[in-house]
Amino acid sequence: MARVIVDVMLKPEILDPQGQAIARALPRLGFSGVSDVRQGKRFEVEVDGPADDAAIAEVRKMAETLLANTVIEDFVVRVEG
Amino acid sequence: MRVGVVTFPGTLDDQDAARALRLAGAEAVPLWHADHDLKGVDAVFLPGGFSYGDYLRCGAISRFAPLMTELVPAAQAGLPMLGTCNGFQILCEAHLLPGALVRNAGLHYVCRDQRIRVDNASTAWTTDFAEGQEITLPVKHGEGRYVADAETLAELEASGRVVFRYAGSNPNGSLNDIAGITNEAGNVVGLMPHPEHAVEELTGAPGVDGRGFFSSIVRKLVNA
Repeated sequence: MARVIVDVMLKPEILDPQGQAIARALPRLGFSGVSDVRQGKRFEVEVDGPADDAAIAEVRKMAETLLANTVIEDFVVRVEG
Repeated sequence: MRVGVVTFPGTLDDQDAARALRLAGAEAVPLWHADHDLKGVDAVFLPGGFSYGDYLRCGAISRFAPLMTELVPAAQAGLPMLGTCNGFQILCEAHLLPGALVRNAGLHYVCRDQRIRVDNASTAWTTDFAEGQEITLPVKHGEGRYVADAETLAELEASGRVVFRYAGSNPNGSLNDIAGITNEAGNVVGLMPHPEHAVEELTGAPGVDGRGFFSSIVRKLVNA
């Protein structure tokens, strides 16, 4: 068993109104010095075997196919450990 | 004329879609997401709603429904297809149309009557409109902001594939005020507004401007 993490973020050029709303809320809560916030998604994929190159390649394929829409989103695949 | 109306788990507007098609003189044929059977329909309507609860991304799960493995090649082969709202999102996720629909710029879910300009009156679903004609249709969505990369956008504009544009104010911040687009062949059309909710005076809709979509497809199928 191993855990592979997929982080999905809107591409930098795509406006993220959710992130903006969070960024605007922070100063009201007393958090200063924040210039920008962008919101994304984190997927924790539990694979049956070890997180070897083949498993990571398979998760990358999952990310391209379903987890991310590569028209608007970038993703990063990494092994947690 | 048999026009399929697709129902996914969470689809809401399939009954209105079927009714709008019947009013235009077509036979509305229910198509179920889990089937592989297109039932020999002449065209397909992907209605709006919240298929699969909008989980992951709007339309992301529906795109892989068994029926879609039949619909995608059929659309690529020229079967007329209309997607409204969630149907538009599904068409984009399935890459039958370019770009994507993301959260409204103002964050609010917008539900209102919206003026729309018809910029392309030559698609399978818009021939009964005139180019430049303004119509009013209901919009109701939280994720309707059309985005595409600069190259795609330029290509859509240059080839006249922007079919509908918001007139007056833009409800969601879509690029170039885009409300709806078509594919290269003009058989697949997707838009965020709801023509199927604007076909009868009785229902309190802003008018009956939606009828043109269905009369267009019926005319095309009759002449085919």
